[in-house]
Amino acid sequence: MLKTISLFLVLMAVWLLLSGHYTPLITGFGVASCLLSALIAYRMDVIDHESHPIYLGPRIIFYWGWLFGEIFKANVDVAKCVLFPKQFLRPSLFTVTASQKSDLGRVIYANSITLTPGTVTVDLDDDQIMVHSLTEDSADGVKSGDMDRRVTQVMKET
Amino acid sequence: MDLILDIATWVLLLAGSILLIITGFGLLRLPDLYTRIHAGGMADTLATFLIFVGLSLQSGLSLVSVKLLLVIVFIFFTSPTASYALAQAGFVAGLKPKLDGFGAREQPKEDA
Amino acid sequence: MIYAITAIAILISIALALARAIIGPTSYDRILSANAIGTKTVLLIGVMGFLAGRPDFLDLALVYALVNFIGTLAVLKYFKFGTLRGTLSKPADNS
Repeated sequence: MLKTISLFLVLMAVWLLLSGHYTPLITGFGVASCLLSALIAYRMDVIDHESHPIYLGPRIIFYWGWLFGEIFKANVDVAKCVLFPKQFLRPSLFTVTASQKSDLGRVIYANSITLTPGTVTVDLDDDQIMVHSLTEDSADGVKSGDMDRRVTQVMKET
Repeated sequence: MDLILDIATWVLLLAGSILLIITGFGLLRLPDLYTRIHAGGMADTLATFLIFVGLSLQSGLSLVSVKLLLVIVFIFFTSPTASYALAQAGFVAGLKPKLDGFGAREQPKEDA
Repeated sequence: MIYAITAIAILISIALALARAIIGPTSYDRILSANAIGTKTVLLIGVMGFLAGRPDFLDLALVYALVNFIGTLAVLKYFKFGTLRGTLSKPADNS
């Protein structure tokens, strides 16, 4: 029930931000449609801890900040690699082990690997993640396990 | 104050444009599918961020900048999923990546 | 002024991606190019909105981002399973 209420609040916030019209009639329509959506989602029982991961809380914000720094560095790396392929291009394919227990943690980890340019998750099989990487530096970045540790910290091994 | 914002917008948009053109070249000149995915991911992440942040500096604090932020968040959530689906589909279809690098000792195993 | 420069850069980038879509040896290369062109179109819509002085275009950019994602996944699913109908790869997992 708590998750339904928080879903309604999130929907309402998005509606208010996107609409831009605040007359009573239009806002009433917005409240009614958000209420209907939340009610349908409650009846269909599609809200679980995966589709609405509010318990991750502020830790994931800090993780996003760190991830953005990594993305910036990796972008410079890939741009160099595109401009001078003879010097930097060293593609490789390797497997790393994810230490997260839950599916959501593994998905966050695999998506973080893909979001960082230079490394792409090719296959995700239980806790074995197959990664294709563009340069030696990006491969070492994943193999060192720094990102893995941080994701596990965010999930608090739930 | 306006001048500083204008200069910041110029710098951000120019950096984004250069990154986008590099992405286009990367799509053309990298050798196989997997390496091209890396080049595409570059446009999805940093170029989008730079250009939309540059635009939101011009619009000031309003609903427009909130919408710009929402577009960035959507692209950051959806683009890794699309890249992963693409790489996975290519891998399952049997496309071999060209490995001339140091990590060739682990050959890709075939799983259906 | 800077908006026009950025729009031209985006158009050049789209042209390069289109060239890859034309010569791409496999169909996956073409899907990748289509996805990249979609992302760049989102950027182009945003920049054009500012160029024309009508930032309302951003709603279109938002919708285009979502449609681009769904379209890419739909084409990939069709290639992988040969149909758009039914469950994903492991039907034993759900139910």
